[in-house]
Amino acid sequence: MSDFLSTLVDEFPQVRAGLWVTLQATVLGSLLALLLSFTLGLMAGSKLLLVRGVSRTVVEFFRGTSLYIQLFWLYYAMPQLTGYELTPVVCGVVAFGLNYGAYGSEIVRGAINSVPRAQYEAAVALNMSPFHRMRKVILPQAWVQMIPSFTNLLIQLLKCTPLLWLISAADLMTVVQQIRDRTGETLTAYLTLLAAYFVLAYALTLLMNLLERSAKRRLGLHTGTRSLLRTRSAEAATTAGGAR
Amino acid sequence: MATDSAPLKEPADATPATGTAAVEPLVRFDKVVKRYGDHVVLDELDFTVRRGEHVTLIGPSGSGKTTILRLLMTLEKVSDGVIWVDGSPLSHVRTADGSLKPAGEKQLRESRKKIGMVFQQFNLFPNMKVLQNITEAPVNVLGMAREEAEARAVDLLDLVGLSGKVDAHPSQLSGGQQQRVAIARALAMRPEILLLDEVTSALDPELVAGVLDLLGDIARSTDITMLCVTHEMNFARDVSKKVLMFDAGRVVESGSPEKIFSDPEHERTREFLNAVL
Repeated sequence: MSDFLSTLVDEFPQVRAGLWVTLQATVLGSLLALLLSFTLGLMAGSKLLLVRGVSRTVVEFFRGTSLYIQLFWLYYAMPQLTGYELTPVVCGVVAFGLNYGAYGSEIVRGAINSVPRAQYEAAVALNMSPFHRMRKVILPQAWVQMIPSFTNLLIQLLKCTPLLWLISAADLMTVVQQIRDRTGETLTAYLTLLAAYFVLAYALTLLMNLLERSAKRRLGLHTGTRSLLRTRSAEAATTAGGAR
Repeated sequence: MATDSAPLKEPADATPATGTAAVEPLVRFDKVVKRYGDHVVLDELDFTVRRGEHVTLIGPSGSGKTTILRLLMTLEKVSDGVIWVDGSPLSHVRTADGSLKPAGEKQLRESRKKIGMVFQQFNLFPNMKVLQNITEAPVNVLGMAREEAEARAVDLLDLVGLSGKVDAHPSQLSGGQQQRVAIARALAMRPEILLLDEVTSALDPELVAGVLDLLGDIARSTDITMLCVTHEMNFARDVSKKVLMFDAGRVVESGSPEKIFSDPEHERTREFLNAVL
């Protein structure tokens, strides 16, 4: 067995801790991103110019400033401003959440707009309140359309977590990198990393496919089992019952 | 079963307006104008519908028939003029000085209570099964108990001939079946006024008769006021008491179906009927 692999086994607790950091940053970061996506995406559809304006500004700002710089800001610059230091993982979660939340809000806005207007009108004709229309009619249909795009963002977010190395969080990438430095086995080390991130990304894809399938089922759209294994985003889901 | 869970509305107005000679019509369009940019769809339109009347609106495409229903359902705003429903302005509120200003969402929701609509494309909610499509608004808008709403929904599905489809998804139903569910869904809200917007136009020919028969039954067995835009002249003849012929945003001619179909006065009506019959 090569030095690299035996060291990897010997240092398994560190590797596991690194994996844990990567997963934490991915999962918590994407949850924050999801929350922001809906908040900013719904605000973008407001009748009030001010609310729309705030959403637009926040989205443009976080989409237009590099994730890299946001991480540095949170980790190095913020403590100087506020005197309050965040741990590297928290910095990662916040930066990933803000950045991907900005992208995600566009997905939410687009999906809401893609629900046929006829559905909104049917809800008005039943005298539903604006909140009721959004919650029970529009969002459940828009959700199906959002999932494939959210899957893409989730994978991208996972692949951004090695940036945590820049602010000295010991994520999976950093730990394996350290083992490479000690053993000098560059090829094996980076091959291992390729495989590890691919497995993580594929696992996330499968999870999201399951989610998409259950969301489609709720719309009475049945998808075969094979669709669960595909890695490409699904074609835009068609909503039944609306305007054809 | 409780008496009030009967599928259809009990005859309202048990106390007739005795003595008052001029009964306020249920719906009154008062110089209603609807413009889209420079295009005038409705041009100072005046017409009335009495309570319990079944009125069919006919006329060439673009004559503004559907716009009338959409204005009544508050899906569109009037550009000018006032629509009165049961003596109150539909989409306006009275200000302190007695003038009228456009209503906000709160007042619009008050107005919508009386009115239901069935659409050309059914517009069932695909994220809800058939039963929930019918119970969603009674439970969450009218505040009806779920059990009661479900019992009524089952009765209504029975009425429209779909008692077996309670648990189906809309996508599993044919167009005709979806439209029947949409009719049940509208009736579940106990509307005083039911707007039917070309409800058979999107259906395969063999499914049209069933839906029209159902609407005929509803018209005969309830006191719901119906306004119907249709290209089905047989339906206009069999079900409605009054036919309004529209052209270019105005009522060209109105009268009983017998009169309009057999002895139209207006040249435009004759041309239209020759083209469609």
